[in-house]
This record gives sequence, C-alpha cells and structure tokens, in this order.
Amino acid sequence: MLAFLIFLGLLLTYMILAVYAERKVSAFIQDRLGPMEIGWYGIGQTVADLIKLLQKEDIVPERADKWPFLAAPMIIFVAVFAGFAVMPLTPDLQGSDAAVGVFYLLAIISIDIIGLLMAGWSSNNKYSLLGAMRSIAQIISYEVPVGLAVICAAVYCQTLDLQAISFQQGIWIHEYPGYAQETNYLFGLRSLGIDVTQVGGFLTWNVVRMPLFFVVYVIFFIATLAECNRAPFDIPEAESELVGGFHTEYSGFRWAILFLAEYGMMLLLTMLGAVLFLGGWNTPLPNIGPVKLAFWTSGAPGTVYGNLTGAFWLVTKAFGGIFVQMWVRWTYPRLRVDQLMYLCWKVLTPACLILLFLSAVWRLLG
Amino acid sequence: MLPSRKNFFWSFRNFSIQRMQVNVKGANSSYFGNIREGIKSSWEGLKLSLKHIFEARRSRKPIGVADKEYFGQQTGIVTLKYPYEALPVPDNGRYRLHNEMEDCIVCDKCAEICPVDCIEIEPVKATEEIRKTSDGHSVRLYAAKFDIDMAKCCFCGLCTTVCPTECLTMTKTYDFSEFIMDNLNYHFSDLSPAEAELKKKAYEDFQAAKLAAKNAANAAKANAEAPAPKAEVPRKEVLATETSAETPANPPAENTPPKPVIKRPVMKPVIKKTDPNLPDTQA
Repeated sequence: MLAFLIFLGLLLTYMILAVYAERKVSAFIQDRLGPMEIGWYGIGQTVADLIKLLQKEDIVPERADKWPFLAAPMIIFVAVFAGFAVMPLTPDLQGSDAAVGVFYLLAIISIDIIGLLMAGWSSNNKYSLLGAMRSIAQIISYEVPVGLAVICAAVYCQTLDLQAISFQQGIWIHEYPGYAQETNYLFGLRSLGIDVTQVGGFLTWNVVRMPLFFVVYVIFFIATLAECNRAPFDIPEAESELVGGFHTEYSGFRWAILFLAEYGMMLLLTMLGAVLFLGGWNTPLPNIGPVKLAFWTSGAPGTVYGNLTGAFWLVTKAFGGIFVQMWVRWTYPRLRVDQLMYLCWKVLTPACLILLFLSAVWRLLG
Repeated sequence: MLPSRKNFFWSFRNFSIQRMQVNVKGANSSYFGNIREGIKSSWEGLKLSLKHIFEARRSRKPIGVADKEYFGQQTGIVTLKYPYEALPVPDNGRYRLHNEMEDCIVCDKCAEICPVDCIEIEPVKATEEIRKTSDGHSVRLYAAKFDIDMAKCCFCGLCTTVCPTECLTMTKTYDFSEFIMDNLNYHFSDLSPAEAELKKKAYEDFQAAKLAAKNAANAAKANAEAPAPKAEVPRKEVLATETSAETPANPPAENTPPKPVIKRPVMKPVIKKTDPNLPDTQA
C-alpha cells in the first residue's frame, strides 16, 4: 500500500515536472525560452494546463463505441501503473518482491496494446484506427529487442527478481538473502582478480560488470523509445499526418490520463533500464581507499538514510534517462514505417541475439 | 504477349542493380556501412542539439539592425519577451500617424489623397489669420474635426508626403492595439465641439456683417443718394440663419492660402473677390 501511494505521488509529481522539462528542453534546443509567464520561469505552466484540461468537457463522439472508448484510457494507465508494482525504488520499498519481476513487467505493459487498440478502434475515426494499428505494429515489433535486451541482463544476473538485480550491482550485495558469498570482480572477470565488492559505485553496475552491456543498454533505450511511442518513433501519433493517432478523439480528463500513461511509460522504462544496467538504487560513487564515497552516499538497507539515498539515486538515473529521451526527441525527425521495421528486425534484433550469446559467455567466463 | 520467365528475371535484376547504384551515391550501402553512418550522423545530431542547450544559457540582446553587433550575435536564445523588452525601432519608423495641430493649416490634402479615406477633416474658416506655422504658413482655418482612423489606415504614407507643412508624420510607435475599435480613431482637433461651434458662429456673423456692409454700399452706389446707414446688428442675425441653412450642399472648393507668406491683414481682399461663393464653402 505504501509503495502504491508513493509511486502514485511520484508519478503525478513527475508528470508535472516532466511536461515542464519537456517544454523547456525543446525550447532550449530550438533557441527559444519556453513557458515564462506563470510563476518563476514559467514553473506553474503545467499546473495551469492541467487545471484547464480537468475543466474541459468529457466528449464521447456520437458514433463511437461508448464503453471501450471510455474504458481504454483507464486500461492503458492501469497497465503502465501496474508495472511499477515490481520496481525496487529503494532497498526496502518494492510493491511486490515477485521472483519473476522482469517477466511480469514485460507482460503487464503489453496489456497497454489492448488499451491502444480499444482507444483507436472505438473512436470510429480513420486517423485513430490507423494510429492504433501503427502503434500496435510498432510496439509488438519492438517488444522483441526490448525482451532480448532484458534477457541479456537476466542471463547475466541469473535472476528475474529486480530487487536481486539491484542488490547485485552495489556494495550491499551481501545483505540480500543468498548473496552472502558473492563477490564482484572488475568487468565481471574473476581472472582479472580485482575484487570491487567493497568498492561499489559505478564499478559494480551491470554496464561495467559486462562492458558490452553498454551496447545492450543503447539498444534497450532505442527500443523503449519505440515502446513509449516517443519521437523519433512517434509514427502512431504523427500529428502532421494522423492528427493525434489513437487519442485524436479524446479530450479533457481522459486525454490527460492518456498523457499521464505516456509519461508514466517513459518513467517506467527508464527506471527499468536504470535497474537492469545502471545499478538501480545504488550510488554511482565508488569507495576510493579511505574516502568511503559509496558508504557515505548510500545508506545500509533497512535504514531511513539507505531508503532516501536509494530513492534519490534511482529517480536521478531515471530522470537522466528521460532527459536523454527528450534530447533525442527534439533532435531527430520521425522515421518512416519501413525504416522503423528495418531498424527493429534487421539491426536491433540480430545485434541483441549476438549480445545475448556474449552475455551468457561472459557469465561463464566470470 | 506475356513476358517470358527469362525476361521477367532480367528486368528484376536490372531494377535491383539500378537501385543499388542510386544508394551507393549517398551512403555506404552495405549493411554495416549503413549502421556506421547511422550512428555517426545520429551522434552529430545529438551533439548539435546539446550545443544549443549549452548556448541557451544566455539570450541574444535586443539590438536594432543599425547596431554594429547586429550580425555578431550568432548563438543564444532568440526569443524576445516582447512586452518587457523590444527591438529598438529606427527613428524614421513609419507606423502610427501623428498630426502636430499647431503646424496644421487644415488644407485637407491628406484627407483627399488617402486611398482608404481614413482621415476626416471639418474645417471652419476663421475671421482672420489664426497663427503662423513654425515654417511660416498662415493658418486661416480651424479644424472642428481632424480624425484619423488608424483602424482603416493602410500605412502607405501618402498623406505625409502631400502635407505642405509636414505637420502630419508617421511616428515609430507601433504597439497601439485596442480592444475597442473606436479607440483607434484618433482625434487631433484642438477645438472642443463647443469652441468649434463658437468659431463657426463668429465666422457667420462676420460674413453676414460683410454682406450687410456690401449691400449697404451697393445700395448707396445704385441709389447714388445718401441713405441713412442702417443698424447692422439686427440684420446680421437674419442673414446668418439663411446662409447656414444652405451650407452642406456644396463640395469643399477649398481655396487654401498659397505658400508664400502674405501680409497679415489680407483677409479683406480675399473675401471681397469671392464674395458670393464664400458662404457655401463651409461644408
């Protein structure tokens, strides 16, 4: 229950900040100022927009299929929000410590697709339907590289439990039940003989434990952009050709929910990337000799300090990922459908398969 | 005739060769070449946007085109927070019209040349020269009304070119939008309606007196007698009402004073010359 409330609060606060950040980042990239009027430096702009949205009429098109139309935003949002259930925000705070966390996460966010199809089809609008079809084609295609990238991490960590994966990548590895004897070697290679278990920091993150994970992370990141329907993979929305894709007919509160779900998806997937590859809630600062930066900046599991620092680091990493998503969005033009499929099936998927094999080999070497 | 299987194959092969050649021109069309180029160009793009984010720390200064630094500012935020800051407008900016009433001789030229008829002038003749403009013209007409409707104005500037005293000018004020359209109708007349009425009355009185005097003189001449001089005051009033009744009928055949400066008391000869027509020109 606590995790539920914390994640809901986090998601809502994050959305307000993220929409503001998106507008500012896009403005700065394009040499503009962005919102400046409401509050200091326009900080209250999103709140004002939200108030406006909530006041709007809840319009259901006359020829729309009413119940799927009304239910679709809820299904989309619930599917995304349910993903947060297995996200280890801190060493102690996790909605559900399911042993199949990663598997559950991939399964639950796939339900998103049903919501998208419901929204697009029931709107009874050709743009919405086209947008929904494209969205589904895209998300189903890109679930393959996402899944393979996640499996790379799962194979290397030998677990599907996100909390276990988080513990493995830091100085508190011995605190997790069953990992008391584990040792972290630099680059995950025992033969190098450099024990970094008590050094921690970024040296025990998965991207360093298995250096090729950097490539896997990039692939994961590209594929999650497509999963979120973010530019340059925003073919399903494509304002210039499809008006707004599957959410063309939505307005007011339901549109706000769809928007919230989209931003929630961004947060969920960047958090997942942070947990799988960038050390989860672990600090990036290593212990250097007597300067115990890792111990200072991440408290022990079970303590208040440990939980606060854990949440801080994970949220910071996720926000870093979201910044990159925005950076990418305001840099690249939209891909064509054939380019999208080329990238997915001919580049990312084969690369991921090879990297999966290499991950397994690295595990055997280590 | 159906194409044979062999022909079909050949055409397909040629097509693919052609396509390959087209591709070769731009990118390295090999699989890894494409990937390499994709990564390279994507990274270039990201670097470019990051550069812009970094340069967004400062804004470009709002300097005008006349400034030496104008082309020197190549980086930074372009947005101008308009009502709070604005680009300087050159002093010869030609936006809102302004009429310097002190220098206006109410010649009506501006109103006549205006292609959209946005200037409305109602002149009232004075009984004598009112004042001299700053460049020496005599002012002999009051403007009971001098309205410029900037909502209609097309900013062609013709009125300012025909203005003989250069009292009508375009100023560099450009932000004068209004919520109520009527507020864009600027009134430049320096007379209040009551004052204007008074001036009209004075002129009519003066005119009536002139007419009376002339009639009296004519009568005296025709009779070649010595008629007793009549009392002028009561007759004046009767004639004044007569003349004002027919005023709006005729178009303004304005006879503005010519540019060269003439002596001050020139009123009398002018009125004498055009005596029968003058009461009609008040429209």
